[in-house]
Amino acid sequence: MIEDCLGHCALVAGDISFNVEGLRTGFWQLTIDGLSWGAIYALVAVGYTLVFGVLRLINFAHSEIFMLGMFGAYFTLDMVLGFAPSGNAYSKGIFLTVVYLSIAMIVAMLVSGTAAMGLELVAYRPLRRRNAKSLAFLITAIGMSFVLQEFVHFVLPQLVKGYGGSNAQQPIILVVPKTQFTVFGATVSNVTLVIVASACLFAALVDLTINRTKFGRGIRAVAQDPSTATLMGVSRERIIVLTFLIGGLLAGAAALLYTLKVPQGIIYSGGFLLGIKAFSAAVLGGIGNLRGALLGGLLLGVMENYGQAVFGTQWRDVVAFVLLVVVLLFRPTGILGESLGKARV
Amino acid sequence: MRDRVTRSAVVIGAVGLVVIGLAGCTQSPPSDSASQSNLKIVERTPIDANGKEIKPPDVSAAVSPAGDGKATCPPLSIAMAGALTGPDAQLGINIRDGVQLAVDKHNAANPGCQIQLKTFDTEGDPQKATQVAPQIVDDASIVGLVGPGFSGETDATGNTFNQAGLVAATASATNVTLSQKGWRTFFRGLGNDGSQGVAVANYLKNTLSAKKVCVVDDSTAYGAGLGKVMRDTLGPVAQGNCNISVKKGDKDFSAAVTQVKTAAPDAIFYSGYYAEAAPFVQQLHDGGVTATFVSGDGTKDPEFVKQAGAASKDAILSCPCSPAPAAFADEYTKKFNQPPSTYSTEGYDLGTIFVTGIDSGATTRPQLLDFVRGYNGPGVGRQYQWTDTGELTNTLIWIYKVQ
Repeated sequence: MIEDCLGHCALVAGDISFNVEGLRTGFWQLTIDGLSWGAIYALVAVGYTLVFGVLRLINFAHSEIFMLGMFGAYFTLDMVLGFAPSGNAYSKGIFLTVVYLSIAMIVAMLVSGTAAMGLELVAYRPLRRRNAKSLAFLITAIGMSFVLQEFVHFVLPQLVKGYGGSNAQQPIILVVPKTQFTVFGATVSNVTLVIVASACLFAALVDLTINRTKFGRGIRAVAQDPSTATLMGVSRERIIVLTFLIGGLLAGAAALLYTLKVPQGIIYSGGFLLGIKAFSAAVLGGIGNLRGALLGGLLLGVMENYGQAVFGTQWRDVVAFVLLVVVLLFRPTGILGESLGKARV
Repeated sequence: MRDRVTRSAVVIGAVGLVVIGLAGCTQSPPSDSASQSNLKIVERTPIDANGKEIKPPDVSAAVSPAGDGKATCPPLSIAMAGALTGPDAQLGINIRDGVQLAVDKHNAANPGCQIQLKTFDTEGDPQKATQVAPQIVDDASIVGLVGPGFSGETDATGNTFNQAGLVAATASATNVTLSQKGWRTFFRGLGNDGSQGVAVANYLKNTLSAKKVCVVDDSTAYGAGLGKVMRDTLGPVAQGNCNISVKKGDKDFSAAVTQVKTAAPDAIFYSGYYAEAAPFVQQLHDGGVTATFVSGDGTKDPEFVKQAGAASKDAILSCPCSPAPAAFADEYTKKFNQPPSTYSTEGYDLGTIFVTGIDSGATTRPQLLDFVRGYNGPGVGRQYQWTDTGELTNTLIWIYKVQ
């Protein structure tokens, strides 16, 4: 990544622009496009932040949970619902499209949720049993990220013909982006609308779950003080599995939304950069803090879009990380602070 | 508590449905048909440096790797290095299969001279290639190398092969500077980005009469290099306000699409690879841009059409690579169960030149290097003869179209 960036920077350093005019004229369009990316980052970021809150673990394999969700959604559309991939858009009418996409989303959520729980059981639980150091968890997380990527890259093509491998899946497109209405001269497409609306809904749901339900109270209790929570009758192991499940479900939902936006993005490495961005979003908002992750995601999506308007498209990722560094310089615990267990959540 | 969980699960599902329902309501009636598209990349014509259409070369006299069938040689191998896995693997696989076909034909016809093809995967990554290069050099049985595949990795490893005196003939690396590094062992089996960029830019200007062209590059060694030649040759036709650099790996081009829309060009030249070109052309199409989409050899791959679908229709793709003549295509398709594609002919021709050299008695690295330097003969793609720097004396750029 860094290597990539350095080589890249050396090559295009001459091309860096400073186009404030572009930002001014395209402000609303950039905001809206940025929000739709931010919404996806936010949903993925929740997975990082919840797991960190409960376990103090950065689950780097979360980006691959997201990637598996994309494959789950694709599998549903292709094998279960019988859409042959063609790269062209299907026209099934509004109602059927809705039904198909809903089914795909639910399956994607289930795939990601199951994968996240499986990851917990296979990779992290044995370590916890043996009281491993936090560094061991971190290395395991990075390792599992590679295991899952290479599984889809090399093993999946052997198991299911036409899946995984080096190329992206041939897209199945159910929704063609069409402009629905304009706000201050910026066009809002149906895809953007779905992404932002669904993301808001899921954000509200997860917020309610954490803050209002008994489970949520359990999660907050474990985050705050694991041993006291256990003494009070909270099953720590169960809470941990549940935390992974919630993160996975949201990653699956984000995966389907992402494939609406980028139908060509279903590839083994497709979660990597997005995962890093989502993780940054979680840190930006204050890792461990649910609302922080949501806010951080939206902010990162919008800011990097402004950034690419000012400095040029190729600087988008750089802008995102510079923003992260700047915010952490002034607020080392992120915008809303790191507290899943404390009053802030 | 369990009840509550079940209930919330149901609620989540139901609400999800409703949201997508809302979104669906806003969807306009789709226009594209859902049928499988039969789009293909079809060769149109070769062009010269001024962009003028010229007659295809006569390749009926192509040298066959089978030779006279009486060749004898010690057990030797030739190597192929390139991306065999990773996002751009298809190009590497095309080259490997081309070389493999030449070697197999040779071995079948010459029982007294069995040559082995050893393949090395670089994933197209310069860093991986530098790890692979010493393995190739250290394998004493290898007398010649077809590869590396991409410009970046060739740049990173060229000196290693030069010092080892191992002939490294690339079937696909087209960055101009590679032949200017003073490597005695570097040979290029096709025209470079300079000749491609100049020819295509002139083709756009003179033959297609484009008045305004947006040049978008992907900031890689290949993309930025080709993009620069395009911009320089197009001159004022290349619009300053839509000279865009994106990044390899990007999947969202909304900013670039907006910029292109504002500029309203006659044509867009994308200087990069198919993995990004496919979503880009799709997003241009969805954004209502109707300008002709033009791209170079990095995009000329069936995957581009597969991924972009109807959006890729009428796209013009240029390539210094030659289309496969029918007889060669048949043999290739029979063997590998897929038709030859970009760089397959170059891989086959370079493999043929190596085995012809070995048959003629050039069985050591210095001998084979000398053989290739002095070579002059027709292949299935074009005439092969090299200058001192390893460029072809006669390059040819082909125009392809998705239809």
